[in-house]
Amino acid sequence: MELKRVVVTGLGALTPIGNNISEYWEALKSGKSGAAPITYFDTSLFKTKFACEIKNFNATDHFDRKEVRRLDRFAQYALVASDEAILDSGVDLDVVDKYRIGVIWGAGIGGLETFQNEVIDFAKGDGTPRFNPFFIPKMIADIAPGNISIKHGFMGPNYATVSACASSANAMIDALNYIRLGYSDIMVTGGSEAAVTQAGMGGFNSMHALSTRNDDPQKASRPFDANRDGFVLGEGGGALILEEYEHAKARGAKIYAEVIGGGMSSDAYHMTAPHPEGKGVIAVMKNCLENSGLKPEDVDTINTHGTSTPLGDVAELKAIKNVFGDHAKNININSTKSMTGHLLGAAGAVEAIASILAMQHNLVPPTINHETADENIDPELNLTLNKPQERKIKVAMSNTFGFGGHNACVAFKSMDE
Amino acid sequence: MSDIASRVKAIIVDKLGVDENEVVTEASFTNDLGADSLDTVELIMEFEKEFDIQIPDDQAENISTVGQAVSYIEEAKK
Repeated sequence: MELKRVVVTGLGALTPIGNNISEYWEALKSGKSGAAPITYFDTSLFKTKFACEIKNFNATDHFDRKEVRRLDRFAQYALVASDEAILDSGVDLDVVDKYRIGVIWGAGIGGLETFQNEVIDFAKGDGTPRFNPFFIPKMIADIAPGNISIKHGFMGPNYATVSACASSANAMIDALNYIRLGYSDIMVTGGSEAAVTQAGMGGFNSMHALSTRNDDPQKASRPFDANRDGFVLGEGGGALILEEYEHAKARGAKIYAEVIGGGMSSDAYHMTAPHPEGKGVIAVMKNCLENSGLKPEDVDTINTHGTSTPLGDVAELKAIKNVFGDHAKNININSTKSMTGHLLGAAGAVEAIASILAMQHNLVPPTINHETADENIDPELNLTLNKPQERKIKVAMSNTFGFGGHNACVAFKSMDE
Repeated sequence: MSDIASRVKAIIVDKLGVDENEVVTEASFTNDLGADSLDTVELIMEFEKEFDIQIPDDQAENISTVGQAVSYIEEAKK
């Protein structure tokens, strides 16, 4: 059976550096950092006291009071980002067949704050289990796509993908494949996360995963720099409308890019450490090239997973050299996490969106905060350091990897001939 | 309005996000105030917490209006 072509017809983003697509792009190209001292709770006893929080977000601007109480922040972000993407797509919800629209959404954790607060309340009591009836339905990761479908009446395939920081990349790949196979005409996909909580910060801190550069938060996320010391936790949501090409063409939709394929693999190595030779990462990029019908030389940009951790960044670049050989040095490699921080389950979506916007504008956003070269990194690689670079982009790839050894890679192609 | 009634009303306004003047004695949580099954459970739990009482499930089933809640709590607090 011939696979259908799939295109991107709508985008939405709620990120630490911009609360919609146009703000996000402005911030990406100007090299803005989203890091700042944490405002959500008292950090005096925490090793890391900063994160990339969403700014100027009032849930009551988007939801009534009752809805706010029923929605963990990760689900609020999902609804806000997907609303922007649906509106942007121009899909007329009054005429479209809603049985042919699905939602596949990524969240690495889900309602962590809800979980944390309910358990704190329980622990304060006498042991009587007086849990709020909204505890479970607010917390579960799949409530984000559930709520998106409830809001708009989308009755196609609907579930959440959970693969830690690769979650929303897996969501996009599943969404792509359902349309390719003819199950749906339109899929709302992407991811959201809201883990800037005591449990989130404390948990990642105890793994030694987070940067502790408390004296200079905006310089803390520095992928590929010799003095990187861990990732900066971010939060937010990113949404993409994927649509079957003929369906999009028939309704005269604006098309951002074609989604030409996705790769998936597992490290099968360690719960949290990357494979030192990047075996699974090599496999995922090769899978993605094959699934997309690409040769290595076709790829113009790679938005890396690049979290600013000592081991992960080096392993990923080694893998890129292994897969792309001599062409690796011709690729614009970047890490938008230098600006947004690490949005965990939402990372794949917001970074894919960055890749698509870069393609639209033929401008690669920079990897900011690079000061000192790491001697373990090949100086011939173009890491798009500190300043955006103009580049005619035909094919862009976006990598995301998650704890558990999950790897996912998505490829987009420009519609310009 | 009794102290109990005004506290019950305040909880309903807060939890269901409804306007204060909608919360009349005969208003039904589900039919008039837009509560679903989860909201109803939450309301009962909030009443228990606010008034330091226990409302067994079989009796909670009979509390479906503002007035029924107030009467039940007034009785329980006697």
